[in-house]
Amino acid sequence: MKAFLPFLAVIFLVLLVIVGVKTASLYFLFGVVVPYAALLTFLAGVVYRTVKWGTTPVPFHIPTTCGQQKTLPWIKQSKIENPSGTGGVIVRMLLEVFMFRSLFRNLKTEMHEGPKITYGSDKWLWLAGLSFHWSFLFIVIRHLRFFTQGVPMPVQIVEGLDSFLQIGLPLVYITDVLFLAAVTYLFIRRVTIPQVKYISLAADYFPLFLLLAIGCSGVLMRYFLRVDIVSVKTFTMGLVSLRPKIVPGISTLFYIHLFLISTLFAYFPWSKLMHMGGVFLSPTRNLANNSRIKRHINPWNYPVKVHTYAEYEEDFREKMKMAGVPVEKE
Amino acid sequence: MAKEPKPEELLKTINYTPPKTGWMDTPVEIKPGMFCWGAKAKSLNTVGFPNARDWNPTEEDWKLPDNWQEILIEGIRERLSKYRSFRLFMDICVRCGACADKCHFYIGTGDPKNMPVLRAELMRSVYRKYFTTPGKVLGKLAGARELDLQVLKEWWYYFFQCTECRRCSVFCPYGIDTAEVTMVGRELLNLLGLNIEWTMGPVAACYMKGNHLGLEPHTIVNNIEFMLDDIETITGIKVTPTFNRKGAEILFVTPSGDLFADPGTYTCMGYLMLFHELGLDYTWSTYASEGGNFGFFTSNEMAKRLNSKIYAEAKRLGVKWILGGECGHMWRVLNQYMDTWNGPADFLEVPKSPITGTVFDNAKSTKMTHIIEFTADLIKNGKLNLDKRRNDHLKVTFHDSCNTARGMGLFEEPRYVIKNTCNHFYEMPDGTTREQTFCCGSGSGLNAGEDMELRLKGGLPRANAAKYVHEKYGVNMLANICAIDRAALTTSMNYWVPAVGVTGVHELVANALVMKGEKKRETNLRGDPLQMPEEEPEVAAGAAAPAEKTAGGKANV
Repeated sequence: MKAFLPFLAVIFLVLLVIVGVKTASLYFLFGVVVPYAALLTFLAGVVYRTVKWGTTPVPFHIPTTCGQQKTLPWIKQSKIENPSGTGGVIVRMLLEVFMFRSLFRNLKTEMHEGPKITYGSDKWLWLAGLSFHWSFLFIVIRHLRFFTQGVPMPVQIVEGLDSFLQIGLPLVYITDVLFLAAVTYLFIRRVTIPQVKYISLAADYFPLFLLLAIGCSGVLMRYFLRVDIVSVKTFTMGLVSLRPKIVPGISTLFYIHLFLISTLFAYFPWSKLMHMGGVFLSPTRNLANNSRIKRHINPWNYPVKVHTYAEYEEDFREKMKMAGVPVEKE
Repeated sequence: MAKEPKPEELLKTINYTPPKTGWMDTPVEIKPGMFCWGAKAKSLNTVGFPNARDWNPTEEDWKLPDNWQEILIEGIRERLSKYRSFRLFMDICVRCGACADKCHFYIGTGDPKNMPVLRAELMRSVYRKYFTTPGKVLGKLAGARELDLQVLKEWWYYFFQCTECRRCSVFCPYGIDTAEVTMVGRELLNLLGLNIEWTMGPVAACYMKGNHLGLEPHTIVNNIEFMLDDIETITGIKVTPTFNRKGAEILFVTPSGDLFADPGTYTCMGYLMLFHELGLDYTWSTYASEGGNFGFFTSNEMAKRLNSKIYAEAKRLGVKWILGGECGHMWRVLNQYMDTWNGPADFLEVPKSPITGTVFDNAKSTKMTHIIEFTADLIKNGKLNLDKRRNDHLKVTFHDSCNTARGMGLFEEPRYVIKNTCNHFYEMPDGTTREQTFCCGSGSGLNAGEDMELRLKGGLPRANAAKYVHEKYGVNMLANICAIDRAALTTSMNYWVPAVGVTGVHELVANALVMKGEKKRETNLRGDPLQMPEEEPEVAAGAAAPAEKTAGGKANV
């Protein structure tokens, strides 16, 4: 059920475009209004959410230390897993963001007879997650060719790298395959691993179906039901230059692709997809373990009621004297 | 737990297959053996906490104020605006499940609500309902749910089935730390007087008497005097510590558990002997007589209230710096919280070992050094005369305590000390040590008697790793640097791997320490006969000459 409704939702989105564009000819709505609105929602939403996080104080210094602390000079510090300075934190964050360092640690815990509990290496989630995110990034960069005059050098380099296998015509992009495979894997593990299935919400399935549909529509356009690429570029350049114009001769498939991407953009800031921004702000990762070296300030630190020494001595003076413990007042 | 089931019976109750019903539709069942008794009115009143009354978690009526929902929702709102961690961790989880099998309570119970992700979802579902638009509009479809009495009871049950050990946060790709969620959860529960007595009793005792055990000043002195008698019997040396002494160079603070029950008391004897041998100018305090902080398992404010005594006492006594004993959560608090709450400690000096001259720059601001750092430095500088053979009957492994591991990164210092005091040291398997270490199963104020089934199940992963090295290498002693570990692991080992004992590292140090003028030792600190070959003691590597008692002596690197 949790997976079925999001699946229906994505089907519904596709049908909406077919009806809207094919029967009602709402080209301007689906081609211009929706993408602009989605982009604005995305930008405003991401800024709003990030500012909201960013303006919430970090009262305490709570890095999760995953290596040896800075200590005596003859003990080697783990400067990345337990950084004591900004440099180490930056490297730690880069590894986290670009290589998914923490997920790379993943273990599979298994209970055997005996009992014997084992902790085996389990990198599949890491591999699929990394493949998906990197492929997505490559695909986004490749798509920049639709939004720039000519094709910038970096985009050409990415395209070249991505198609270096030189298979098929048009050349198959490796990231297209990886993207679809990784998203499929992420879906399959969600429904086949009982624990993961148990924790999954509709909000976990919806982005997966949406991404799959986006990927499939893109792949269809590039390899199978080819669209008129010149018209598409004329259209996208109109969008990006703020002189949007509907270009005739572009197939409905393109509008489906565009609408699903618009949905992703609009949905992004209000969903778990915001982990993209959130990871940078995570206080267990982006703080150095230097709270004994440098005082961390809590902006809302307030005075509290304490039981003072004077009050304590008042309670126990006679007992202290009997035990030979010095007191302030005789 | 009325009757303790046998290990094989307990194991049979572990079932990893999730229930047929979804977690929101599976009501909480408060099972005996899995929870601690509710906090008493007396304890709550002592520290001025709300809704103080005696109550019983197994009864239907928890005697809540009428507007309890409102109190909690406002409490969540306030904490969302105060803690970035909390707000962020409510928002960014993608439920990838990487944390699921990392929790010792999940491994030991199979209860899906002990998966860190689901423990946090207990809170997130309510957050979504009251603080996010999709949750308000779509309700259950968006993973949102009303805060009703069932949910509240579920919170209480599961936020007191988390030891805030932070193992999950090591594996989370966004560093989501369930401890942050549990801590907020417990703070919220405290707004309704819903704590556990095992935490609240010590909090009240610590507030009034200075330590969790409620030891009054004369009792502290008496307990230590008992230890001094034992030390004299074993070594022939009369040790004379001081209490509340103004003008001492160092204030020593350790968890009160070390003063009370073995094997913690042996560790404490270790401190006393080491300091005596060094001629350290230090004092104990009966006011700041607690290194641990059960307030930390209650609320941020309560933790700060208890912690304030350490700096206040250091200031009153006019010491130069503070030395802290072997403890786990105590050191998370001292490393990550104390200076922020109660600093700056500008009336103290940067800790400097009077024996080696080493300056502990890594405590430049807090002015508080961990005894294992202090001792490692002594050994490195050859200031201790150690006869490792006295620990030859031990095959030792080291249990990294959650908080010194993941909230500090104290890995090599204790290993260095152990290797210099014992000839036989073996590591437990990868995945169970250092930053991936397992909780003893009883941390964060859960080491009561009535929740024994929970503790034993939560202790299973650690005990199982100990069992592995016991079977493979004959390991018979589990060393650690945490007072709760010393108490909790003793119970856990007795149950799961009875052949493995538990010790603090400074017990090992004191047993190996050849003190000036000591008589020939017949027994170790536990009173067990020493099994030593009859020959001259060899001096441990790195310990060249007997310690020199020169306060402020030069570094000898």
